[in-house]
Amino acid sequence: MDQYANRRNILVAIFLLTALVLLIRLFYIQVVDSSYKLSAENNSKRTEILYPARGLIYDRNGELLVYNMPAYDLMIAPYELKPFDSAELCEILDITIDRLRAGIARSYNPRYRREPFIKQISPENYAVLQERMYKFPGFYMRTRTLRKYSKEFASHLLGYVGEVDEKMIASNADYLMGDYIGISGLEGYYEKVLRGTKGQEVLLVDVHGRVKGPYQDGRFDEDAIVGKNLVCTIDAKLQQYGETLMKNYRGSIVAIEPATGEILSIISTPTYNPSLLVGRARSMNYSKLQRDSLRKPLFNRALMANYPPGSTFKPIQALIGLQEGVINVNSSFSCNAGFYARGVSVGCHVHSSPLNLLHGIENSCNAYFCNVYKRIIENPKYANAEKAYNAWRDLVLSFGVGDRLNADFTNELKGFIAPSSYYDRYYGSNHWNALTTISLAIGQGEILVTPLQMANWTAAIANRGFYIIPHVVKQIEGIDTLERRFYDKHMINIDTANFGLVIKGMELAVNGGPGRTAGSAQLQNIIVCGKTGTAENPHGKDHSVFIAFAPKDNPKIAISVYVEHGEWGARWAAPIASLMIEKYLTDSISPGRKWVEARILNGNLLDSYDR
Amino acid sequence: MIDKLNLTEEIDWITVGLYLLLVIFGWMNIFASSYNEQFTSIFNIRQNYGDQLLWILVSFIMIILLFAIDYRFYHFFTWVIYGFSILLLIAVLVFGVTVNNSKSWIRILGFNLQPAEFVKIATALAIARYLSGYNIKLWTWKSIAVMAVLIGLPVLLIGLQPDWGTALVFTCFILLMYREGMPGWILAISLFVTILFLMTLLISNISVLLVLVILALAIFGVLNRKVSHVLYAMLIMTAFYFGLRYALPLVGLKFNTYYLLLFALVGSSIVFLIYSLVRKNRIIAFILVLLFGFIGFTYTVNYVFSNVLKPHQQTRVNILLGKETDIRNVGYNLNQSKIAIGSGGFFGKGFLKGTQTKLDFVPEQSTDFIFCTVGEEWGFAGTTIAILLYVGLLIRIIFLAERQRSQFARIYGYGVASVLFFHFAVNIGMTIGIFPVIGIPLPFFSYGGSSMLAFTLLLFVLVRLDSVRKVYIR
Repeated sequence: MDQYANRRNILVAIFLLTALVLLIRLFYIQVVDSSYKLSAENNSKRTEILYPARGLIYDRNGELLVYNMPAYDLMIAPYELKPFDSAELCEILDITIDRLRAGIARSYNPRYRREPFIKQISPENYAVLQERMYKFPGFYMRTRTLRKYSKEFASHLLGYVGEVDEKMIASNADYLMGDYIGISGLEGYYEKVLRGTKGQEVLLVDVHGRVKGPYQDGRFDEDAIVGKNLVCTIDAKLQQYGETLMKNYRGSIVAIEPATGEILSIISTPTYNPSLLVGRARSMNYSKLQRDSLRKPLFNRALMANYPPGSTFKPIQALIGLQEGVINVNSSFSCNAGFYARGVSVGCHVHSSPLNLLHGIENSCNAYFCNVYKRIIENPKYANAEKAYNAWRDLVLSFGVGDRLNADFTNELKGFIAPSSYYDRYYGSNHWNALTTISLAIGQGEILVTPLQMANWTAAIANRGFYIIPHVVKQIEGIDTLERRFYDKHMINIDTANFGLVIKGMELAVNGGPGRTAGSAQLQNIIVCGKTGTAENPHGKDHSVFIAFAPKDNPKIAISVYVEHGEWGARWAAPIASLMIEKYLTDSISPGRKWVEARILNGNLLDSYDR
Repeated sequence: MIDKLNLTEEIDWITVGLYLLLVIFGWMNIFASSYNEQFTSIFNIRQNYGDQLLWILVSFIMIILLFAIDYRFYHFFTWVIYGFSILLLIAVLVFGVTVNNSKSWIRILGFNLQPAEFVKIATALAIARYLSGYNIKLWTWKSIAVMAVLIGLPVLLIGLQPDWGTALVFTCFILLMYREGMPGWILAISLFVTILFLMTLLISNISVLLVLVILALAIFGVLNRKVSHVLYAMLIMTAFYFGLRYALPLVGLKFNTYYLLLFALVGSSIVFLIYSLVRKNRIIAFILVLLFGFIGFTYTVNYVFSNVLKPHQQTRVNILLGKETDIRNVGYNLNQSKIAIGSGGFFGKGFLKGTQTKLDFVPEQSTDFIFCTVGEEWGFAGTTIAILLYVGLLIRIIFLAERQRSQFARIYGYGVASVLFFHFAVNIGMTIGIFPVIGIPLPFFSYGGSSMLAFTLLLFVLVRLDSVRKVYIR
């Protein structure tokens, strides 16, 4: 025993006193104060997430393209379930009792206190069920919105909306199980703009599951903020017209307003009905579309197809030749149905010979451009072929090919312009030259581009030396300016005068004399400048390609058209481009050219793809 | 030396019985709070209750091991145990797993452990070992410094996690120190300041002021032994209050009741002070100094809170106090906690019949807020039984401590009582809104392997030492 032993009594007193305080307090809240019991009774609180409507999408002229329709999910709160007439519910929902039982059993997951029992029930079922909801405590409705399309077109461009996957939920706190998210196209790229902000409503629910009103006068409620509307650069009429023209062909059309980089229409065929990828049927339809390996309707050719450009690449070749000083406007080369040199031959069609630059472009003479390319690569200015090639390649790349343009799409591909190392690996360093790579002269070989890139370089030519990154957004509600990169000019290091010469050649290709290659694209009152292409296709008939812009001065539209298996440029691609241009610039097809339209609409290459 | 023990005779079965009752009652509540019709097997370790059952079994095995180990082990290896636990705390800071923004967990042998829970045992042992040393007097500068290091080190390391709630537990050793010779006024002031601090933050300024004034008057009455003087003092104060209340508006000044009260107090205090100087009454001066000291303290708390802390820190403190009410935070939890306990009534809703603690409740419904389930399903009867069990255990521990022959065992016993008391009072206090919500578990009740195991070890080391109480451990 020590001198402080008595202090144990003080400590025991502290323990007892504390216990007494706790007991008094407990007695007060448990026995005396009945307000807690009342609160508890009211306290079946239910937090409902308020889903914002997604932003609407308009075309450049203010036409509504995408909006929302309500959809109703039947939710289940397993802990609030009370015995109910299961037969009646099954009858209303048109499901079997087994499915109902399985659904209820599944809902007993401690992680989710409320689950969708049946998603997107039909409006008819909703109407019946809504009246009888009181009979089914533990079940309730949740209103969501689904996408609705005013026209069933532009599917690749608009993209689609689906439920978030586990990965997204894990990595991004903004999304919860069952939330919707834009997956591709505008919906995907502008998800953050379109989705809005979720709100919540905290409700008091009585023991029978009936809503008694807002919890604590709604002080925890937050309104959902509707997503921002989007105006896209697409011209709906042009887009639809293009899709109609292309419906019997496989390929792509991309039209750009050169001065702004705004995409007027972007078409990829075969396409699909965007309504297929909405709501409950989405996953089923999606896998169906995905399984269609022959037509690949989900594949967005405009952004993802890697095509050889063929002769549509010749204007760039001419521009580089002029800029490098290896040719001038008067340079002539003869063509004896082709280009022949040291074991290399590139065939050409029959035309007058020799030709100067403008007629070389007009006639799309292969021999001419082989000579131009040979001169570029053998330019004595450069120590060897590799250095000359790299200089050539740099200029080619400055037209926005060989890499993603960084447009506002989620799935753009790069294309391919072979780096010199590619040839080094293939032939060995210093063992290749102009002749080994001569296919590049005419846009064949180790050069692959996307239709978007083709339209973009056409816009660059139309602008006489610059392009603005193509984009599909014109305006976002509440935001004054777009991303900076959609205003910046990407300058091409080639003199404006040289562009003038090449444009003159392209004008002749459409509007020139008997040797012109793209007469089928000629319009009456508008000067179209264009260039055909016939891209070799090892898998079947050659592809029909055409690039053009119009009018020649102050161009309003630059376009690329790619028709797979179209045999030659002037056959399908050129007239399709001319119709698109005419439609866009004059709003109609002149009576004198109705036959062209009819020819395209009546033509059909679909059979050729199945072989 | 008594090596052969008749354990069944020497073990304090009352303590063991109280422990078992608490553990069983606790587990039933964990079962109720996470009961799920889909998983009816109590051995399902994917469910909280199955997992907890496993930990209870592990705890029982640990108890057997404790008795198998020589009783001298704890005394002999105190510093090793303490050093190891400090290393473990450092390891947590380096290799720990971050949960809820604090690095408190570490993975050992496939289990997630919370070393801070075990450090309490080590610290209690270390304090006991140090204070039981030859010729050590607690209230000397040297031993105060040593104690400060022994307690401060784990507090600092746990604070770095940061888990200030658990760090705060270590202040409980003030009770132990009081028993071992710390001056009584330090304990009194600490307790009073704690209560004042809680009042300042939890209730209105006026109430705190009134409580202080009434307390001052009471002390005055007790020390002065003249009721009439107390009445005079009250009259003077009331006169000042009403005088100011009606006079100040005449000169165009308007103050709220709180400031009027304060001015009245200051005014009447001047009168009292003059009286005490004239009459050479030191008691009045002493009480006035204390009173204004404490008022100053409440001001400092308020001032620091509203002027020094940044808004987000204020929010954090408010959340800690359960003042902020936002749907997803602690303030909301506290409200829910009170509703759950309050809805239990006198006899409760019955086992597994609780609704509040099962559905829309806090994630901590089986850990820090397990007492809600007790309150809801067992009512006031159940909470009273739980509290009586705890108090019974605490008093029994003190009884055990006092019957030890060795100082080491006695001091350790007080350490056990201090830690258990702090957890018990603070945890229950926070669920019923009389203590800030600091997340610390309720011993033997809360779900969690680390705390179950740690509290068991804490208690049974004492039971083990008690079983050889006649031996002088040195």
